[in-house]
Amino acid sequence: MTAPIPTPDLNPPKGEGVRMRLRDAPVGTHGVIVDVQAEIDGLDHGVDAGELQRRLLEFGFVEGARIEVIHEGGIGHDPIAVKLDDMRIALRRRDAGDIMIAQDAR
Amino acid sequence: MTTAPAPHPGLARIALVGNPNCGKTALFNALTGARQKVANYAGVTVERKEGAVVTASGRHIQVLDLPGTYSLRARSPDEAVTRDAVLGRLAGEAAPDVVVCVADATNLRLVLRLILELKAVGRPLVLALNMYDIAQRQGLKIDLEGLSREIGAPIVTTVATRRRGIEDLVARVEEVLADLPPFQASEWRELDAGQIKAAHRQAQNLMRAHVRPPERPDTLTGRIDSVLLHPVWGMGLLLVLLLVMFQAVFTGAAPAMDLIDRGFGQLASGVAAALPEGLLRGLVADGVIAGVGSVLVFLPQILVLFFFIILLEDSGYMARAAFLMDRIMGGAGLHGRAFIPLLSSFACAIPGIMSTRVIDNRRDRLTTILIAPLMTCSARIPVYTLIIGAVVPQKTLWGFASLQGLVMFGLYAAGIFSALAVSLVMRKVFWRGVSEPFMMELPTYKAPDPLNVLRSLWMRGAIFVKRAGRVILPLMVLVWFLSTFPEAPIGATGPAIDYSLAGRIGHALAPIFAPIGFNWQMTVALIPGMAAREVAVAALGTVYAVGGGAATSLAATLHQSWSLASGLAFLAWYVFAPQCVATLAVVRRETNSWRWPVIMFAYMIALAYGAAFIVYQSAVALGAG
Repeated sequence: MTAPIPTPDLNPPKGEGVRMRLRDAPVGTHGVIVDVQAEIDGLDHGVDAGELQRRLLEFGFVEGARIEVIHEGGIGHDPIAVKLDDMRIALRRRDAGDIMIAQDAR
Repeated sequence: MTTAPAPHPGLARIALVGNPNCGKTALFNALTGARQKVANYAGVTVERKEGAVVTASGRHIQVLDLPGTYSLRARSPDEAVTRDAVLGRLAGEAAPDVVVCVADATNLRLVLRLILELKAVGRPLVLALNMYDIAQRQGLKIDLEGLSREIGAPIVTTVATRRRGIEDLVARVEEVLADLPPFQASEWRELDAGQIKAAHRQAQNLMRAHVRPPERPDTLTGRIDSVLLHPVWGMGLLLVLLLVMFQAVFTGAAPAMDLIDRGFGQLASGVAAALPEGLLRGLVADGVIAGVGSVLVFLPQILVLFFFIILLEDSGYMARAAFLMDRIMGGAGLHGRAFIPLLSSFACAIPGIMSTRVIDNRRDRLTTILIAPLMTCSARIPVYTLIIGAVVPQKTLWGFASLQGLVMFGLYAAGIFSALAVSLVMRKVFWRGVSEPFMMELPTYKAPDPLNVLRSLWMRGAIFVKRAGRVILPLMVLVWFLSTFPEAPIGATGPAIDYSLAGRIGHALAPIFAPIGFNWQMTVALIPGMAAREVAVAALGTVYAVGGGAATSLAATLHQSWSLASGLAFLAWYVFAPQCVATLAVVRRETNSWRWPVIMFAYMIALAYGAAFIVYQSAVALGAG
């Protein structure tokens, strides 16, 4: 994990901060998607890893897309609602492990 | 089930394709008006909506409204229909001459990627940029000419809810039809992850080159969501909404239901007076009219329910309700969207099962369909009220709780908990795994268009009457036949039903039902009670030969002749028993196979027998026999 780079710039560079999986992102996290993998994570998603990856991609979870976690459910912080460019999408955290995001540097 | 008609020579066919929530249905309505037909595709349960439009030059064009999708790589039966229809692979359907891609002008990124896939299919394409007024209001600038050149298809801007741009769209489609290119074989193949990424990059480049982001982006949806998706306030508002919905379903629909009930009662007595005493009179009054009435009496409740469901869908709130309920439903292995169908089933399982169409995943949908009848529907209320009044003592517990009320509450709770348990078992036994990924768009909030709401409501109501009516009518006649023939011999002392086939079946089944505490009268009443649950009340009245159907005297009779253990066992039976042929028939229609109604019937009968057995034997052991 890289430490956030302090910048004096008024327009901080987007998506150069801490990298994390969308699964672990708290509400308020915003950044850029840097990778969407097909990782076998040991969790049962009902479909195989490649299929999950394709579905995420088809919903617009692609490298370079702006993402912000805007809401989460009351029980177990799940599911989450994210703003993905101009769209709003709801998904469960368990299915969001393959989405790697880089937070905006502060 | 109707299969598609053979393509009419010279009759042009277009298909509407687009992402979900792009206003495609509104555009379809604006194009075709009242000239629509809803059926099923051959062999699948996907709804097939077709209409016709007449161009300015008088040419008829058939319009097919295909299910919304993000990709041609189908993930659900609905999406498979869209793919196969576009590719011309669907049995009995010719490939469309022109594909009209409908796009939400304010949300272009994903649809541009879909367009790239559609281009590979090789059919001529026309792009309808719908909701263009909202895009303009937001100050979104789209370079229509440039975009049209790049995607190689004419672009028309439309506002379907205000019928704007419709003639223009039809004219463009006609131009394309007039100059159809030679048939091109499809080059479309399923994309792999790398190709999807590449297509996204291409779509992104199109966006950058031809679309300038809005100057005044929509912030209203975000602000509404900060309340409606709030873990506490959002949940509270959802509960209030449900309360209002239930009030409207049960009290708002009551006057209309009384009216229908009384109307059919008068019709039956009018017919009875007009016809001579005899079999014909019995068949028409007790069989046909009573049968149709017993279905139509639920129509007001169903219309009120669907009115709310359509409003919630069209405004964009339904996805939010699914979001809020997903965790709770997910605990039982259900999809968040299963929530509204299950809720509807408290009024009647039939609209509940019909509204499972909002669940796009087949397994989740089937699970929801199978457990929907375990929710206590309003047809059980007369049965519960009668039996509780007859066998449960009027006691007050802890100074405030009436024992009868507690039993009623317990019956509702038993239904809900068993539904959740069955869902869990189903997931283990049938699907062998957890649910599929839950991913859905939370669409921008929109004010529902009154005309579209009314049109959808009309369509749902018509489907209910047709589907339920087509099956319940012959079955009611069958049940009437069974309970009437053979007739009682002259000078018979017992009730007439005792001599009928239903009576004989009841007597024959009595030994099977003895271990759960049912006497032969109860068993006989179950036979006509198969038609609909509330019919059992009338059937008990007939068996015990209580004249005039006066509930109080029937309750008094039952009080004397039933033990507490038998009464409780009968109630337990009714929590689970599949005593409603209309529900089974609707499951047959919605799943397009006899397999699921048979599974439903078998598991519910097994649960009913098991529950009644446990209740009866425990009650007897505790001295209530």
